[in-house]
Amino acid sequence: MSLLEIHEPGETPLPHAGEASLAVGIDLGTTNSVVAIAREGVPAALHDEAGRALVPSVVAYPDAGGVVVGDEARLVMVREPRNAIASIKRLMGRGAADLHTVAGVLPYEVEPGSGQTDMVKLRIGGKPRSPVEISAEILKALRIRAEAALDKPVERAVITVPAYFDDAARTATRDAARVAGLEVLRLVNEPTAAALAYGLDKGSEGLYAVYDLGGGTFDFSLLRLEKGVFQVLATGGDASLGGDDFDRAIAERMLDERKRDGIADEIDEPAVKTALALARQIKEQLSDHGQASGRLELAGKPSFHAIGRPDFEAMIAAHVARTVDIAGNVLADAGVAAPDVQGVVLVGGSTRVPLVRARVADMIGKPALTDIDPDEVVALGAALQAEALTGGGDTLLLDVTPLSLGLETMGGIVEKVVPRNTPIPVQLAQEFTTYQDGQTALAIHVVQGEREMVGDCRSLARFELSGIPPMTAGAARIRISFAVDADGLLTVSAEERTTGVAQRIEVKPAYGLSHEDMADMLYDSLDNAETDMTQRLLAESRVEARRNLLALDAALAKDGTLLTVEERATIDEARARLETAIAGDDRDEINAAAEALEAQSKPFAERRMDRGIRDALSGLSVGELESRVGE
Amino acid sequence: MDHFARLGLPATLDVDAATLDGAYFAAQRQWHPDRFVARPPEERAKASTEAAALNDAYRTLKNPLSRAVYFAGLHGVELPGDGQTIDDPELLMEAMEAREALHESATAEAVDTLAARARRDMEQALAGLGTLFLRHDNAAIRKALLRLRYLDKFAEEARARRTNLQRVKA
Repeated sequence: MSLLEIHEPGETPLPHAGEASLAVGIDLGTTNSVVAIAREGVPAALHDEAGRALVPSVVAYPDAGGVVVGDEARLVMVREPRNAIASIKRLMGRGAADLHTVAGVLPYEVEPGSGQTDMVKLRIGGKPRSPVEISAEILKALRIRAEAALDKPVERAVITVPAYFDDAARTATRDAARVAGLEVLRLVNEPTAAALAYGLDKGSEGLYAVYDLGGGTFDFSLLRLEKGVFQVLATGGDASLGGDDFDRAIAERMLDERKRDGIADEIDEPAVKTALALARQIKEQLSDHGQASGRLELAGKPSFHAIGRPDFEAMIAAHVARTVDIAGNVLADAGVAAPDVQGVVLVGGSTRVPLVRARVADMIGKPALTDIDPDEVVALGAALQAEALTGGGDTLLLDVTPLSLGLETMGGIVEKVVPRNTPIPVQLAQEFTTYQDGQTALAIHVVQGEREMVGDCRSLARFELSGIPPMTAGAARIRISFAVDADGLLTVSAEERTTGVAQRIEVKPAYGLSHEDMADMLYDSLDNAETDMTQRLLAESRVEARRNLLALDAALAKDGTLLTVEERATIDEARARLETAIAGDDRDEINAAAEALEAQSKPFAERRMDRGIRDALSGLSVGELESRVGE
Repeated sequence: MDHFARLGLPATLDVDAATLDGAYFAAQRQWHPDRFVARPPEERAKASTEAAALNDAYRTLKNPLSRAVYFAGLHGVELPGDGQTIDDPELLMEAMEAREALHESATAEAVDTLAARARRDMEQALAGLGTLFLRHDNAAIRKALLRLRYLDKFAEEARARRTNLQRVKA
């Protein structure tokens, strides 16, 4: 790039206009999130300026105003616990009945009245906020990071979800992406993404298992890898089991010890947050040490706690045993014996816990694969899939439904229409009939889960097929069709076949968002758009300024002799000012410094151009010159 | 289009697993919605429908029992829907006795023995189906398929029982 291409900083609102936007892979995790990009089959996580790939999935609304995400939000959480929220993924598509407490207290304030028949809302920073809009803030931060790192707009993404996420949670994730201004190319199951990262890396073939224990969710999937095909044979999990449970166990232990030692605690939400934060540190230490300790101070009253690894392992043994149970069921579902599995890939930060590694190795009979960073592997796989979807690729992901989908029938019994582990996309239908003479309507209740009774499954939607002409009981033929698309999202439709009365609904899960909620959130995101825009413009100015510095350096290296010593000194000084401005956060300052540098180097640019023209023309005859001009 | 034709396979009772996989993967390479992300909505919808039909075909033909039931359907043998009462007294007796034995088994090993017998019976019944189709003995085919369906369900129940026993032990 020649120095002549330095723009008037004020006149480059969209340096990337016209360029195609890139598609990234995003692992929206319970504890940490990662954004990655793949180019020509090579995926890489995108880092921040400090070189960190992991963005803590923490969102804060500080008293000072605005929204912060990640490490900065973690700091706010210490300072202003009521203004910050972690592990929001656990609440995606969840109701109040799904929440977990520590010593009977939730680590957040639930908006009164929410979560009964809709998704639970939290009160953070004095405002009710839904998990969707909080997750959207994380996605926005990842998008901004990606745009800064790639120097291009990012509008499309493959986002990963736990394989065991139900329809409500998947829909909530998709909605969050929309609020964050991202088009979701595909929701990919986390274990499948991890297998993609491993499979492409190793060119492996055969049966592989993925054991994914994250902060809040557990998934176990069995895949067959064959010549670029990633076929999921069976999957299972628990959408509410993860490292957070380990933290809670340690936190409960510490609070019990304080009670035992006569410390009277008033346990409230900030106290629980503090205890959980310390518990997490202790847990992490216990992965490398036989013993860990910490000091817990609540309301000015300190206590000291030491936990040995055997203690810790006893606390979490039941959770780990449950994961092994689930894994065993998945293998049985696929009709595969453990020794036939060629390798098991570990995914998720919680697989650093030694007891987890030991149990997994026992189960499969071989040590687990951990060559790719378990915190990044899912995002890397998602990035590969994003590239395959946009640039074309030869890999084929064949995934399955994690949970059975069915309908309520007489007596509250579930009639399964789409069994679990059915390859997706899928369209299956079943016929039902009326049970009363003259019945003109049929209530349809869609549920998800493996249990036989409706009350034990998750209710996804209710609707009514009306306008059935009166007939004798059993004469109507009502066909109810379930379609699950490649994202794992469900659409249900019903039709009376003798008369063709059809009704179609996109299943809006009971715990999903209403259209009003969605509209509110989009408005809210417009409210915050100014902050977002400022951050984005700052990132763009930086990128632009850096690009100009590179161009200037190249020009100086080539044509530096065109400058006098004084001129060179002036340019160097302006250059240094721009470097300082880039390191700061003031976009105007960056632009001003860039402008100054451009003014200082203008004579240099002109001289380079003159020399360029002379070089191009030297040795040419007038005739040749004319023919060139004509070109 | 029937499931065999959709996958470009001859309609036979026995299907080689590797051949089926190969045909299915090739067809999905063409139709999977991932290949149509950047295409217009109509093409995407068509791909989704095609891919769903392929999945249905694959799933039906992959499992020997569902394949046999489907193959029989093509030959005019209709079975009652799942969960209907068994109308064959002989099978009813066999089922009752087996369920009782399963209920009384107190160890995982005892359950395994019952499950292994059910699997063996299934294999035998599946192996005998071919001859019945050659004889066009639709009544016998129907009877055999109902028994296979019961055995399959029994194997599933045995698995659940085994899991329960182990959980109680742990």
